Amino acid sequence: MPAVALASLDTLWFQVGGTVCNLACTHCFISCSPTNHTHEMLTLAEVEQRLAEAAALGVKEYYFTGGEPFLNPEMEAILAATLRQGPATVLTNGLLLDAGRCRRLAELAAGSEYSLDLRVSLDGFTAEANDPIRGAGSFRKVMAGVANLAAAGLNPVLTVTEVHAENATSEGKARFFALLSGLGLAKPRLKVLPVFHLGAEAERSGAYERWQRLAEGDAPAGSWDHLQCSSCRMVTDQGVWVCPILVNEPAGKIGERLADTLDPFHLDHPACWTCHVHGVSCRT
Amino acid sequence: MPLEEFRQAAAAAGRTLSPGERRAALEGWLAAGEDGVPVEGPYRRVVVFGGVYNNHHALAALLEEASRLEAEAVYCLGDLGGFGPHPDRVWPLLREGGVAIIQGNYEQSLASGATDCACGYTDPRDNHFAALSYGYTERHTSPEFKRWMGEQPARRRIAVGGRELLLVHGSPRRVNEFLFASTAPLPFLEVLVAQNRCHGFLCTHTGLPWVRSLPSGAQVANVGVIGRPANNGRTEVCFALLEARREGLAIEIRPLRYHFEALAAEMRAEELPEEFVATVRTGWWTTCLEILPPKERAASRY
Repeated sequence: MPAVALASLDTLWFQVGGTVCNLACTHCFISCSPTNHTHEMLTLAEVEQRLAEAAALGVKEYYFTGGEPFLNPEMEAILAATLRQGPATVLTNGLLLDAGRCRRLAELAAGSEYSLDLRVSLDGFTAEANDPIRGAGSFRKVMAGVANLAAAGLNPVLTVTEVHAENATSEGKARFFALLSGLGLAKPRLKVLPVFHLGAEAERSGAYERWQRLAEGDAPAGSWDHLQCSSCRMVTDQGVWVCPILVNEPAGKIGERLADTLDPFHLDHPACWTCHVHGVSCRT
Repeated sequence: MPLEEFRQAAAAAGRTLSPGERRAALEGWLAAGEDGVPVEGPYRRVVVFGGVYNNHHALAALLEEASRLEAEAVYCLGDLGGFGPHPDRVWPLLREGGVAIIQGNYEQSLASGATDCACGYTDPRDNHFAALSYGYTERHTSPEFKRWMGEQPARRRIAVGGRELLLVHGSPRRVNEFLFASTAPLPFLEVLVAQNRCHGFLCTHTGLPWVRSLPSGAQVANVGVIGRPANNGRTEVCFALLEARREGLAIEIRPLRYHFEALAAEMRAEELPEEFVATVRTGWWTTCLEILPPKERAASRY
C-alpha cells in the first residue's frame, strides 16, 4: 500500500468549529449540522497550545474550518492569536458575516504583518441552484455577507464545488466572477473543488467504488509530494488527523501532539484517490 | 459509525514510539544534510540582486551603481529571462561585470529545454502571459547562453560581516517557492535557517523585496528584482546592499533608477504585450497577480 511521507509541515488546519454548523448541506463530506458533535469546537487555549507546537516545527500557514468557524465564540480571539504568528485563512459558509464582524476582521487583517484570507462557500450562481444544496435562503445570506466583506475592504475567495457540473466550466466561472464583481469586488477570486463521496455526499450521489483506491505505481515519478498530506496536518478537539478530509475516519487520526505525527501516512482510503486524480489541495 | 465507537477508535489511534525514539525522529525530520557548498568571501560590501527578466538597461545601471558603491562582489539570484526584450544582451553585461549567479527556475527551464517557466500558475490569463514571455525568451536565447545557464550552481554561500548567508532563488528548499513578506512567518524562516546551517539567507522569485531579522539573530531577505518594478506605482527597481558595519551585518534594499522608457520602446518594437509595457511605465503589475497573498494583493492596483 502506498505511503506518503511528511516532507515539511507547511499547513496546519484547525477543525475550529468542530462538526457543528448552522447549515446541513447535502454534499458535506463530514455531514456537519447543528446537531453533529463528532468533533467539538476548539478553545482559544487549545489553539494557543497548538500554535506553540507549530512554531517549533516551522509551520508556514494556518487554516480554520468546521463546521462553521464563526459559530465558535472565541473565533476572533483565535484569529488575533494566530495572526501574531503567521498567515491565516478561514473557510466559512458566509452566514455570520454581519457588518460589525467584517469591520473587526478588516481591523485584524490591517493590524497584522501577515495575511488574513477568507473563503466563502457557494454552490450555484442562483438561489435555485444553490439553496437545494446549502439550505433555503442561504444564497441571499451569502450574497449579503460577501457584500459586507467587500464594504470592509476584504476580498474573499468564493469556493464552489463541482456538485453542479456547470460550476466548473469556463462559463460557470465567468458567472461567479460576475456575481462577485456585482458585489463590489474589483479583483474577484474563485476556487473550485471536486466533491468527496463521504458523509452526506455519499448518501446524495453514491459512495466510492471498490476500484477507487491508490496503488504504489500511481505515484507520478515515484513521488506523492503533490498530495496535500505531504505537507499538512489537521488538529481537532480529539487529536491530530492527517488531513481535513479524513476527520470522520478513525484511521485518519495519527497522534495526539503534532510532533507525534511526522511519520508516513498510508493512502488507504478512497478519498485519497480523489485528491490524486483531481489534483486537489484544500489550500487556497 | 456511532459517535461513541468513533471516539474510542480515534482515541486508540496514534503511534507508540518511546519518547527517545520520538525525539530522534523529530530531530531527524528537522535536520537537513550539509550541502557541501563552499563559502565565498569574506566580504565587507556586496551587491545582491534577482530577476533580470531581460532588462539589460536595469542591469547596466545596477553594475554602475555597484561600482560606485565599491562593492567587492556582485551576485545575481537567477531568472535572467522572461518579460523584457533581447535576452542575449544580458549575458555580456553579466560577464563584463563579473557577476556570480545561481540558477532560477527560468535558467533551469531554458537549460533543460522545458516548455514552460515552471512558475506553476493556475489562472488561464496568467498562464497565457507566462507562455508568451517564456516563448519569446526561449526563441531569442542563444544555445551557448542556455548552456552557460545550465552550468551555474543552484545555490551559493557567502560570508559578509561575520555572517554566513545562503543564496537561493525561491527558497532554500524549492527553486519556485514564493516567499512573500505576509506569508513567510518568523518561526518558518527560523526552521529553514536551522535546517540549512547558515546565519540567514537571501532569495528573490516573487518580485517583492523585504528584510526580516529573526529572534535567533538570523537575517533573511528577499532582494526583489531589477527586471520590473515592485508593484508599488514607482518606475524604479531594487537590489540589496550588504555591508559589514560596527553593529554587524546590515542588509538594505535600495531603489535603482534606469532608462525605463528606452526599455518600453524596445519592448514595443519587439511586439511584447502592451500589458508588460504598462508595468514598466507605471510601476504596477498587470499580469501574474494570482500569486499575490491577500495583503500584497490589497496593496496592488490590479
